[in-house]
This record gives sequence, C-alpha cells and structure tokens, in this order.
Amino acid sequence: MAAAGAGRLRRAASALLLRPPRLPARELSAPARLYHKKVVDHYENPRNVGSLDKTSKNVGTGLVGAPACGDVMKLQIQVDEQGRIVDARFKTFGCGSAIASSSLATEWVKGKTVEEALTIKNTDIAKELCLPPVKLHCSKAFTLGVCICVYGMTQPSCAVPFSSLS
Amino acid sequence: MLLRTAWRRVATTAPAAPGPRAKPPTRGLRLRGIDLTPQSAVASDAATALEAESVLRPLYMDVQATTPLDPRVLDAMLPYLVNYYGNPHSRTHAYGWESEAAMECARQQVASLIGADPREIIFTSGATESNNIAIKELEAAIQPDTSLVSVMTVNNEIGVKQPIKEIGQICSSRKVYFHTDAAQAVGKIPLDVNDMKIDLMSISGHKIYGPKGVGAIYIRRRPRVRVEALQSGGGQERGMRSGTVPTPLVVGLGAACEVAQQEMEYDHKRISKLAERLIQKIMKSLPDVVMNGDPEHHYPGCINLSFAYVEGESLLMALKDVALSSGSACTSASLEPSYVLRAIGTDEDLAHSSIRFGIGRFTTEEEVDYTVEKCIHHVKRLREMSPLWEMVQDGIDLKSIKWTQH
Repeated sequence: MAAAGAGRLRRAASALLLRPPRLPARELSAPARLYHKKVVDHYENPRNVGSLDKTSKNVGTGLVGAPACGDVMKLQIQVDEQGRIVDARFKTFGCGSAIASSSLATEWVKGKTVEEALTIKNTDIAKELCLPPVKLHCSKAFTLGVCICVYGMTQPSCAVPFSSLS
Repeated sequence: MLLRTAWRRVATTAPAAPGPRAKPPTRGLRLRGIDLTPQSAVASDAATALEAESVLRPLYMDVQATTPLDPRVLDAMLPYLVNYYGNPHSRTHAYGWESEAAMECARQQVASLIGADPREIIFTSGATESNNIAIKELEAAIQPDTSLVSVMTVNNEIGVKQPIKEIGQICSSRKVYFHTDAAQAVGKIPLDVNDMKIDLMSISGHKIYGPKGVGAIYIRRRPRVRVEALQSGGGQERGMRSGTVPTPLVVGLGAACEVAQQEMEYDHKRISKLAERLIQKIMKSLPDVVMNGDPEHHYPGCINLSFAYVEGESLLMALKDVALSSGSACTSASLEPSYVLRAIGTDEDLAHSSIRFGIGRFTTEEEVDYTVEKCIHHVKRLREMSPLWEMVQDGIDLKSIKWTQH
C-alpha cells in the first residue's frame, strides 16, 4: 500500500540523510515552552479548586468576567469570626495564565485578613508568575473577585453582585 | 550519479531500520529516529546513536498550518540542490537547460493536478504572493465595471468546502473574474479549473507535503486573464513574476502535486476514516461538544471542535504533547477569537473553546487514538475546574445571566 511505502521511504530518508543540529533531549511541547514553569506548575497542580457552601454566612462568592471574553472566574472565601480568611476556593474558565493566577492567589489569601487580601495587587500576581503584559487581565480578574466576595459578605441579603473589570 | 554512489555507501554501512523501530513506539511523544550525535558521527554508529539520543517531540496534528515534506518530494528535489544547480533561465549551457527542463516538467505536474494547461501556471513564492497578484488584477482591469470574486476553496480553520463549481458558473455567466485560494484544497479534493470555470487559482507548496517558500498561481489563458506583475525585473515567468525560478523548490512542488494526484483517493479515504474515528470517539465520551462548520460540505482532514465550558488555550496547554491549534483568542496575537467562527455565527464563548485537529497523509490511527484519549481526559478535568460547567450542572441557564463586559 502506498502508505506503507511512504512509511518505509520516510524511515529510510530519516535514517540516511541530513543530521539536524543537536537538540537537548527534553520535551519540545509548545505551550509549555512559552509559559514560565510556575504557571505550568499551577496549571498542572492547581491548588484550591472547588466550591464552598455558598449558602453559609461565612462564605463570600464572587463571579467575574464573561464567557464571551473567554475569562470567567468564580472565587469563594470562608472567613472566621475575626475576619481572617481560613479557606478559599476557585473555579476558572480561562487560559493557562488565568488558572494559574487564581490558583496562586487563593494560596496567598489564606491566612490573611480580609483587609490584607484586598491589598493584593494584580501586578503582584503577574510578577510572581512572570506573566507577559498581554496576560495582565487574567490576574486583574482575581483581585476584583476578592472585592466582590467581600462585598457579598457584607450584604448578606443580596445575590452575587457583578462588577466590571477596569 | 554521485548521489547514488553516496547513497549506496551510506546504506550499506548503516544498518537499515535500527533498534528503536523494533520497540513499540512510545505513545504520545513521538520518538524521532533521527540521531542527534555531533556532525562528526560515522554512519555505522547510527544504530547505537539512535538508541542513546532521542528527542521527544509532540505528535503533529496541525497539518492546516503546514505539512511535513513527503520523502518522495525530497528525493525529487535533492539532485537539484546538490548537482543540477543551474539557473533555469540560462540559455547557453547544459546546467541551464537541465534546470529549465526540470522546471517545465514541474509546471506540467502542477497543471495536470488541476486540469490546466502548463502555460497557465506561474511559479511564485507561495499562495500569499499568488493571492496578491490575483487581487491586484482588479486594479489593472480595463473595463470600469469589471469585478472579481475571490473565495477560498477549503477553509483552513473549519475545513468547509465552498461550492466552487456553482460560483464559477455564476461568475462566468456574469462575466466576472473568479479567483480561488486553493491552498488547502489542491491535491486533497479533485479540482478542475475548466469544469469549475476558475480564472485564477492560488497554490501553496507547503500545504501539500511540498517545500516551503514556493507556490504557484494559475492564470487562465482562454479567455485571457490579464494580471499585473507585483515585482518587476528580468521578465521571467512571461513577465508576470520576475525573479529566478528556484528550481529545487519548483521541482519539489511539482513532485508534491504528482504524488498528491496519485495518492488523492487513498488519502481521502484513509483520512475520512480517521476523522470519523476521532469525532465519534470524542462525541461518544463527552457531552456538549460542537463541530464547527457544515458537516456535509466538509473536508475531513480539518476538524474544528468546540468543547463547551472549557477554554481553548487551557486545553492546548493540557495537550502539551500534541501539536494543535485553537480558534481561541488567547492563542492569537490579538485577543480576538477566530474571525471565521464569528462569521459562521458561533457563540463567542464557543469560539473561545475551539480546537482544530488536522489529520494528514502521515497521521496514524495510534496518534488519533492517543490524541482523543488525552483530549477526553483533560476536557473532563478542565470542566471540573470550570465555574460554567458547575452552573450548568446546577441547572442554571448561562444565557440568562448578565455577564460583565471587558
């Protein structure tokens, strides 16, 4: 069959011809090379994925973004009596940077008070993950998510509020 | 002749089909049987070198972007890269004559693939240049009301086949020029420029297992279609495209066209089967997967699927050992999703979730199975991480939510 013939020819051609320049023996996977390894780590082993009980009084939920933009982040924080964040969970519909930003930031807010969490800037997240400028909006979504969570908790009677990314 | 001697010498010293081939190929990351020892390697050490050093490379499932060189094409090109290096426009010596003969032979091969006359084929540097020449013709048109219709034969993102024959009929009856960019179609589906009443056609070498940097434009002679040259110079290619014709590249293009003509039917059958396999397996295991593009008028080797509630770039990152492409914004240089998907009316969130699978002449069933398996696994994993999936599972209608805008 022609395909087998092509396969044989191909093997013969590769074996005999053209030695390509020596390449390091590692995986040449495309997206991973473009990303910093911290992003890849957070993406492959995301921390704090999941959900908290949204009906609980101690849990604040924030939902930021839009499917049409390719970026939707849901963030939940559980706050104790002293206003300290004891647990955080996220779910993200977005690119690798968005997932990594959310994962890293949920790690950061745990153990902080609500006021401290609000001071986390998206540029801090971007710097930690070495995100290129075009990916800054991924980390912005997170910081806004924190604001929304907190707002949601102070207004227990209202539904999850939405706000625009600026 | 020199080449044959060299070939024979290397062939006898290097044991053919060395060790690694006997092992079952490692799934996912294709073990390339090209040895990577330094340049001073002796041919007889090829076997041990191959076993010692192998680079793990991703599977290649992006044939719409470019294709590997078919070895038969390389065979055809080599003599013109090594020995027969004359300028095909040199009239005064054998080097020129033999290059010219090769160039004309290649022209005949390209012409016969599309049912044209060889005098109607002009070699260019690629389909982009051909498109530019064709479109520029519009400006050079004599009659004030002349217009041009330009349509892609097979779309590179979703694989949809346009009704070229019908469009050709309409154009010829209205005396309007008809150009088609057939880069993804030539050699894959049967094309006949006379049957389909095509006046101008762009052909790309590296989309049909030929070399990069070469293409052709078909320009109808009867009735004559006049084009204006983009680059001026020595008047080569009937004055329509000055510049020395690169003999090795056009020989490669010609060989690629000839091979494509021989293999078209078999390739089409095999690729259709593999495409069917890929789609069936994915659709069976995953809900909420949409295939973009008309399923009937579709070239099987280009499959564009949208996986709802999962973003395309994150899926590409997960499928790191398969070379794929996405219609998602994150992967384009701008943050805009694919214009093609937008044009066919795909919802924006699905446009962000699309992946293009390319199946070509050298794609194996095992590669397809591996890709499908990984794809299913990662889509499930990413859906677990997706707030949209969670909301849908809870019965919320996503369209009822007022999302924020960037």
